[in-house]
Amino acid sequence: MLVKSRTATLAEDGFARLPEKGRSLWADALSRFARNRAAMMGVIILALVILFMALGPLLGRWTIEKIDWDVMGMVAEKGMPSLETGHYFGTDDVGRDLYSRVIQGIGMSLMAGLVSAGVAVAIGTFYGAVSGYFGGRIDSAMMRFVDILYAVPTMFLVIVILMMFGRTVEVLFVSLGAISWMGLARVVRGQTIALRHREFVEAAVAGGARPLAIVYRHVLPNLLGLVAVYASLLIPDMIMVESFLSFLGLGIQDPNTSLGMLISEGSATMMYGTLWQLAFPLFFFVLILFSLYFVGDGLRDALDPKDR
Amino acid sequence: MTDPLRAAIRGLFCASALCAVLTAPVLAAEVPAGTKLADEQTFSTSVGAAIGAFDPQLAEDTDQSAVINNLFEGLYSEDDKGNLVPALSDGYTLSDDRTVYTFKIKAANWSNGDPVTAQDFVFAWRRAVDPALASNYAYFLGLAGILNADDIVAGQKKPEELGVRAIDDKTLEVTLSSPRPYFPMTLTQTTLFPVPQNVVEAFGKDWLKPENIVGNGAYVLKSNSPGEVVVLVRNPRYRDDAKTVINEVRFVTITDEAQEVARYLSGEVDHVGVPTGQLPKFKAEYPNEVTVAPRLCTYYFDVNVGAKASNKALTDQRVREALYLAIDRDVLINNVLQGGQIPAYFLTPAATAGFTTPDVPALNMTQAERNERAKALLAEAGYGPDNPLKFEYIYNTGEGHKKIAVVVAQMYKETLGVEMTIRDMEWATLLDTRHQQNFEVSRSAWCGDYNEASTFLSLVDTKSTQNSSGYSNAEIDKLLADSATKDDPTADYTRIEQILATDLPIIPVYHYTSNALMKTNVKGWPYDNVEGKWYAKDLYKIAE
Amino acid sequence: MIRFILRRLAIAIPTLLALIVVSFILMKVAPGNPFTGEKTLPKEVMANIMARYGLDKPEWQQLLDYISNIVLHFDFGPSFKYKDRSVTEIIAQGFPVTFTYGMWTFVVSTVLGVFVGVLAAVRQNSWVDYLSLGITIGAQVVPVYVVAPLLVLIFTLWLGWLPGGGWNGGHWSNVILPVVALSFSLVASVARIMRSSMLEVLGSNYIRTARAKGIPGYKIILRHALRPALLPVVTYLAPMLVYVITGSVIIDMYFSTGGIGSAFVNSALNRDYSTAMGITILYGTLTIAGNLLVDLIYAWIDPKIRL
Repeated sequence: MLVKSRTATLAEDGFARLPEKGRSLWADALSRFARNRAAMMGVIILALVILFMALGPLLGRWTIEKIDWDVMGMVAEKGMPSLETGHYFGTDDVGRDLYSRVIQGIGMSLMAGLVSAGVAVAIGTFYGAVSGYFGGRIDSAMMRFVDILYAVPTMFLVIVILMMFGRTVEVLFVSLGAISWMGLARVVRGQTIALRHREFVEAAVAGGARPLAIVYRHVLPNLLGLVAVYASLLIPDMIMVESFLSFLGLGIQDPNTSLGMLISEGSATMMYGTLWQLAFPLFFFVLILFSLYFVGDGLRDALDPKDR
Repeated sequence: MTDPLRAAIRGLFCASALCAVLTAPVLAAEVPAGTKLADEQTFSTSVGAAIGAFDPQLAEDTDQSAVINNLFEGLYSEDDKGNLVPALSDGYTLSDDRTVYTFKIKAANWSNGDPVTAQDFVFAWRRAVDPALASNYAYFLGLAGILNADDIVAGQKKPEELGVRAIDDKTLEVTLSSPRPYFPMTLTQTTLFPVPQNVVEAFGKDWLKPENIVGNGAYVLKSNSPGEVVVLVRNPRYRDDAKTVINEVRFVTITDEAQEVARYLSGEVDHVGVPTGQLPKFKAEYPNEVTVAPRLCTYYFDVNVGAKASNKALTDQRVREALYLAIDRDVLINNVLQGGQIPAYFLTPAATAGFTTPDVPALNMTQAERNERAKALLAEAGYGPDNPLKFEYIYNTGEGHKKIAVVVAQMYKETLGVEMTIRDMEWATLLDTRHQQNFEVSRSAWCGDYNEASTFLSLVDTKSTQNSSGYSNAEIDKLLADSATKDDPTADYTRIEQILATDLPIIPVYHYTSNALMKTNVKGWPYDNVEGKWYAKDLYKIAE
Repeated sequence: MIRFILRRLAIAIPTLLALIVVSFILMKVAPGNPFTGEKTLPKEVMANIMARYGLDKPEWQQLLDYISNIVLHFDFGPSFKYKDRSVTEIIAQGFPVTFTYGMWTFVVSTVLGVFVGVLAAVRQNSWVDYLSLGITIGAQVVPVYVVAPLLVLIFTLWLGWLPGGGWNGGHWSNVILPVVALSFSLVASVARIMRSSMLEVLGSNYIRTARAKGIPGYKIILRHALRPALLPVVTYLAPMLVYVITGSVIIDMYFSTGGIGSAFVNSALNRDYSTAMGITILYGTLTIAGNLLVDLIYAWIDPKIRL
């Protein structure tokens, strides 16, 4: 529930006065973004993390599921990070290589963020645009539905969805997206109502274009900036929610893993002298979220025409 | 979040062969002479989740039973070895046809001062089977053999027709439908404890609130904050209060394993479980506080071999035998569980009373030999590198279960080239999936309801509601039916195990132990009670 | 304004009814039932239980009974799992706990968040800005399930200052760790919103005018900038308030507070329908009330808004 409101607030705040002109705005935004040191730092770090994710496996000597039988059972004594054994990040509690698992976890967490945010953005944008464009009864019915969904505790929704459809990665990501689109839908609706009375939309209506075509051709492109910002703010939130689900044991299925799952396993053993099990995944988790937050903030500042 | 193990472990009753009528002394804290007791006599133990109703007739899990065993007292209780000892019972007579028991009841009072009467038992027992109360354990009275119990549960007779009556205030007569030598053992189960009729009737379901509840046990309920702590204090009106030492008992809810340990080390609780795999560490650091005791529980894989089996490969006996042999149980126990568990090559734990372990071939092989044999069997069944065996294993969410799944999957992969995908489900979903037999291989576990082999072996009875593998073997069914009336069914049990070790509809993995941390000043804990029953009145804390 | 409130309340009722229907359907379609256990119950026993809780009736009938009990008797039914307690009792016992640590968390995170946000905005792009924001974001991105055991490790095991769990009737020593752990995850959100809205206000003409007049910086902030800058924060605070007072399952689990956060997740996992729905309704009601509150506060902060 925190998720939707924070991002909604940030996005709404940034787009109090959305500019309507196209190209020069994007160019402007890009240069503004490039001047934002924190945001650029975020981009660079993210790029490095992704690079690590892509190239890291070349150095890895173990697969994610292979158990090091020599280490197993003596993880605290033999499973620490070591170049010699090839466990650069140590091993997990049953003796699996943490280096390869962290790399996989990074991918899975990023994917959770991207896919879930993508789903949320797709639903939210379409729903909001349709609702705002048609207005009237349709609008109020659609918005009432959003109100109801807002009032349902999101965790409850996710748990029930996972119970109903089974715990696959696809269901997990889609269900995360399916609980997070309502904020965007509201914002998009507001913007669409504003756009609805613009000359170019009225002209299209007068020209006899079909409503959905107008939404698609004239309304959505003008919402792009807003949606981009919203999505960038949603991604880290989705990663956080996924990690929470992992903690509850409702996350990704073993042997696959996510950073959240590795962290939750690591934090369970933090008292027993295997701190690397927590440190490595947590380090990447914090790094990624930090970068995503700064990139998101930078994007919002850049696309926001207000003079700062 | 519910710990399925805790939910599964429900001590019920003891077996016929072992539990003759007992004359053991009345139990209480047996403090050796010269012991210096601690000033503060509070015992805190941890439980995994908020505890349900403290209603003897409604209790369904061990946590509830543990609290109720301290708040109420029935006709019998158990000593530290699991032997039957009289509680409220002052002995009984048995009719010639061995179906009518007449108990004498000791003088004892409820915590409000009223005397405990035979009528309270009659009221409680009728209540237990009354469809209006709808207790999960309503079936238990039928299991105990009490006349008409099953018909009342089924709604065909009235609760008043139950085979129990009060002859006078201190005499209780119980009629069974047929001779059940084990009947006295059922009396330690909370379902058959008395409840104070006037209090229950006066307050309705609110009778369990701390301000209303009246019991006859060594303790009374002081406060109940579900999910946080349940506090019991000594009952001065308990019949044997003079011998009680512990003044206050606290059941502290701690869900997280690491947090359990933290609060144990900080001194907030005296008794907690050891997290999976951490026993060696604690043994090294706190050698005097770690305790390991066998439990009557078996961890096993259920293989779906019945009519609904979706993976036909698993209906091939050779495949199942290969899977059975290729689990290196010693590695699993020594390196993953690390809690002194016992490798299981057959279903019934060796610690079970009156059980002669079968001589199954796997016992006499080294793991290398088992692996070789497994490979040969699998090849014979037509599976190999070109045609790998694939199946799915489901288990309920939990760190320990996950580790086992992960490790066994690797063992199968490396030894046999078998691809076992693992999938975890939360508890309620797993149970549902299992009951519907909509699985290939499933994690399963069973804790003996009583200390006798039939509690385990009846799992594979064709008509058992518990038989989720869909296995059916006419010889086993017949052996089980016959053994119920035999004086010494030991040979039958061993025979059943031998059949099972060949057919392998279930793959036993290990027999449980209970691993706990207990503060060194706590004495009197019944480590040898394999059902895990304990009474705070038997404990005491020494000064250190 | 009273008419506004009444109108909003009138809309709230159908919204809540729809919420009940939605959550009822969700619970019914999930596999499993609240009475399944490791032991399969004989079907006679199961039938008695189903009848006892009215689950043998057709589903629409169950729903109608449920709603009419709530409307007529304010009765949310018995818990299926905790058989001696009604849902109302479970909420009455757990909610004060989560409400207490939630309110404290709310106060701590709001005050700290606003402070950090203002500080960062005033010193935009300086090391103060980066550091203060960096620390709060850092605290936010470390999951609560790492922070909580870490706090226990430090304050319970090493220093021995605070108990590692329990509630003890809300004794201060039991409240501190839950509040700190939960606040960790919230300060940054408040601070980020505060910072950006403060920046915007500081860039506006009337603040420039005030500056030009030579009014000291802190006075400008406190007298002129803070109030309008708080508006977006308020929008965020209402859902945050609802979130914190309904509790956190992680906090409840780690600290054994007996709050409704863990009761809620457990009830969903145990298929304790009645409890799950009772808490869902509580949550929905609070959300609606929270949104109403935001609108009222908006009107109070910004006189331009008419209700």
